Amino acid sequence: MSAANLVRRIGGRWGSLVSQRGFSTTPTSIIENGAAAEQGVKSLNLYSAINQALHTALDSDPRSYVFGEDVSFGGVFRCTTGLADRFGKSRVFNTPLCEQGIIGFGIGLAAMGNRAIAEIQFADYIFPAFDQIVNEAAKFRYRSGNQFNCGGLTIRAPYGAVGHGGHYHSQSPEAFFCHVPGIKVVIPRSPRQAKGLLLSCIRDPNPVVFFEPKWLYRLAVEEVPEDDYMLPLSEAEVVRQGSDITLVGWGAQLSIMEQACLDAEKEGISCELIDLKTLIPWDKETVEASVKKTGRLLISHEAPVTGGFGAEISSSIVERCFSRLEAPVSRVCGLDTPFPLVFEPFYMPTKNKILDAIKSTVDY
Amino acid sequence: MTTQILGRSRTNLHLHKNLSFLLGYLVSKSTATSSSSSFQSGGVPFVKCRHAPPPYASSLLGNNSATRLCFWRSESTKAEAQLDLQHYVSEDEDEQVIDFPGGKVAFTPEMTFMAESGQKRVPCYRVLDNNGEPVTFSNYVQVSKEMAVKMYSTMITLQTMDNIFYEVQRQGRISFYLTSAGEEAVNIASAAALSSDDIILPQYREPGVLMWRGFTPQQFADQLFGNTNDFGKGRQMPIHYGSKKHNYLTVSSPIATQLPQAVGAAYSLKMEGKSACAVTYCGDGSTSEGDFHAALNFAAVMEAPVVFICRNNGWAISTPVEQQFRSDGIVVKGQAYGIRSIRVDGNDALAVYSAVHTAREMAIREKRPVLIEALTYRVGHHSTSDDSTKYRPVDEIEYWKMARNPVNRFKRWVERNGWWSEKDELELRSRVREQLLQAIKAAEKEQKPPLEDMFNDVYDQLPSNLKEQERELRETMKKHPSDYPSDVPL
Ligand SMILES: Cc1ncc(C[n+]2csc(CCOP(=O)(O)OP(=O)(O)O)c2C)c(N)n1
Repeated sequence: MSAANLVRRIGGRWGSLVSQRGFSTTPTSIIENGAAAEQGVKSLNLYSAINQALHTALDSDPRSYVFGEDVSFGGVFRCTTGLADRFGKSRVFNTPLCEQGIIGFGIGLAAMGNRAIAEIQFADYIFPAFDQIVNEAAKFRYRSGNQFNCGGLTIRAPYGAVGHGGHYHSQSPEAFFCHVPGIKVVIPRSPRQAKGLLLSCIRDPNPVVFFEPKWLYRLAVEEVPEDDYMLPLSEAEVVRQGSDITLVGWGAQLSIMEQACLDAEKEGISCELIDLKTLIPWDKETVEASVKKTGRLLISHEAPVTGGFGAEISSSIVERCFSRLEAPVSRVCGLDTPFPLVFEPFYMPTKNKILDAIKSTVDY
Repeated sequence: MTTQILGRSRTNLHLHKNLSFLLGYLVSKSTATSSSSSFQSGGVPFVKCRHAPPPYASSLLGNNSATRLCFWRSESTKAEAQLDLQHYVSEDEDEQVIDFPGGKVAFTPEMTFMAESGQKRVPCYRVLDNNGEPVTFSNYVQVSKEMAVKMYSTMITLQTMDNIFYEVQRQGRISFYLTSAGEEAVNIASAAALSSDDIILPQYREPGVLMWRGFTPQQFADQLFGNTNDFGKGRQMPIHYGSKKHNYLTVSSPIATQLPQAVGAAYSLKMEGKSACAVTYCGDGSTSEGDFHAALNFAAVMEAPVVFICRNNGWAISTPVEQQFRSDGIVVKGQAYGIRSIRVDGNDALAVYSAVHTAREMAIREKRPVLIEALTYRVGHHSTSDDSTKYRPVDEIEYWKMARNPVNRFKRWVERNGWWSEKDELELRSRVREQLLQAIKAAEKEQKPPLEDMFNDVYDQLPSNLKEQERELRETMKKHPSDYPSDVPL
């Protein structure tokens, strides 16, 4: 699968290597940092990068906990491998098979001043916990007049297509959570991003839903610093600079968009690619600045187009950049059907669908 | 017989409400011993071994009921005293009971916390021992030669199907598979005890029920390959079978969601006056989900004719039952919701058959839910995505695979009756194998469902957004044909 190479390339060219203090989003400084910190960098896939982040989180804060279904033996995607052995069964443990229980428990644990890192086995199975997330975690601080909060809660869940997942092992439910003031939604595109963003989420004083692109767990390999570093939330990253059109995406879709940008370049179209990373609260300014420069916007995500987070981005940018737009905002997304097993290749927002949309937007 | 027992058990239940549970034991025992032979249940004779108590009583009492009875007698004077109070004190009743919404509750001066569990674990009803010998004192619903042979043959078919499809997945020809190995008896014997009018709401490890109802090897293969003959139109992962004709609702991956749905289906059957019930299956892990608890409570309150069959197979992926719940398994949860419950040896086909048969009768005649906990073991990995040796001892797997093998146990019984021979076995195995290989060949060659099936059935009719998306997709496909699989007809 060519995504692997791409992700590797994204890592090599634009992946940010940022120490705990110095944040950076510009490609040049990242490359410098990368060269500077050759030591203590390891080639890791995405699940191992998550695993490292969890090791770091548990190691750096004795009041942090990792739990969820089948977490003890390493988790069905191996993200929690070795944690129970190293940090003990009281801090890393299996829960009963009950998502509402997992999140409710996590909220209580977090409300007492702990870092509760909860795993939902698949994003498709987060819905039994919807009430706890939407009505409880999201409003815990607000409803108490800031007397109480469950900011130590981080919910990790693998999301997205994987080639053979069908209805219930493929969904991208991020938009549901983006409609909920009080929680943050973060999605990494690569191993290095995953580690730095996850550590930020765990240490952020707000409840966060962190969706991990499961297609990339093994596929995406990148140089990841071994030390403790964080990447900023609510800061989008321009991973590729261009002048004709702005592309915005997140997670696994980013490498597909990157392929489309490369193909467009061959046809003389210069694309700017933005990784949004944090979906709420999102970095409108970075997207706005880019669209003001290019005059065109394309958004792409795997979730069904109707009511997807692309709609929110489109609407906000139209509000802010109406007079600068030279073409309608384009969305290349999943279709408005349940995620269909044998029709997955038809459902997906493929590179060529994006490429066609880039061309028609530029030619508008 | 069933009518008699059921009549009695209704009294028991009434008493249970007023008395301690202990006394409930006592009453079922005493009525049980006074009743005698020649039980008939819907035309099916109960087989009695020696002084067998009737099935409902025995399910409560276990095998050494006589000793148990004495024990309870001496322990239950307090409970009897309470009975007297409730029945004879009327003038100063207000002093002795609290007339609480939902029924009167006796006062007690003793500060006693109910124990977190019974003194002994709830016993497990069985008919056949590990060698396929009927145990003494056991009572069960008789199984005819024809039925027994069909049950055994279907178990072998299920086993063979699992072995072959597991291999087919390993060869990369299907994307996923999951076996029922170790749970053949729960699958087949429960199915055999039901009527085809009963509505099944499965989890995912009960394909034997569908097989029993006549779903063919070809139909299984078509679903697994997601071809144009798959009733689910290729939309779901392998093993998500469903068949309207077989009253088998389509499998859904999210755990436990089928359970409250089964209560709704059962309520409908009751309202329509059907002589049928809803039967729903789940694993031990599923009982932790909110939906399980919602389902039990709804079933009791709605008086819905639903049979819950929980396959307690010891593991939910890598999570052992001790990390799933701290109750004495699942059977005790029924009582908390006001549901009659039994624990059976899930690797004993005759016990499963009898319990399900009897539960079904109770559910339909008395319009009430019944909970069955079948103790069994998931001998295979959770699925083809799992390696269970990472989290459980190989010895444990071997023990259940060999010493407690449900198929071998049933086979010994069938053979002992002179109903089955090695020749029959060889013939059956090679016939089934042949059928399956044929089915796989055909399923693999068959084309995928047509593209329009991607858009159909989202709603009853295509809305305009989907019409538009289909049009756009077809345009894109013309421009980039190589992006799309060629086996999907356009
Ligand atoms: C709501 C939900 N959460 C998690 C999962 C992932 N999952 C699939 S099967 C399974 C274990 C189920 O165990 P059990 O109910 O005991 O059935 P068994 O597989 O043992 O037959 C889990 C956690 C799921 N399918 N649905």
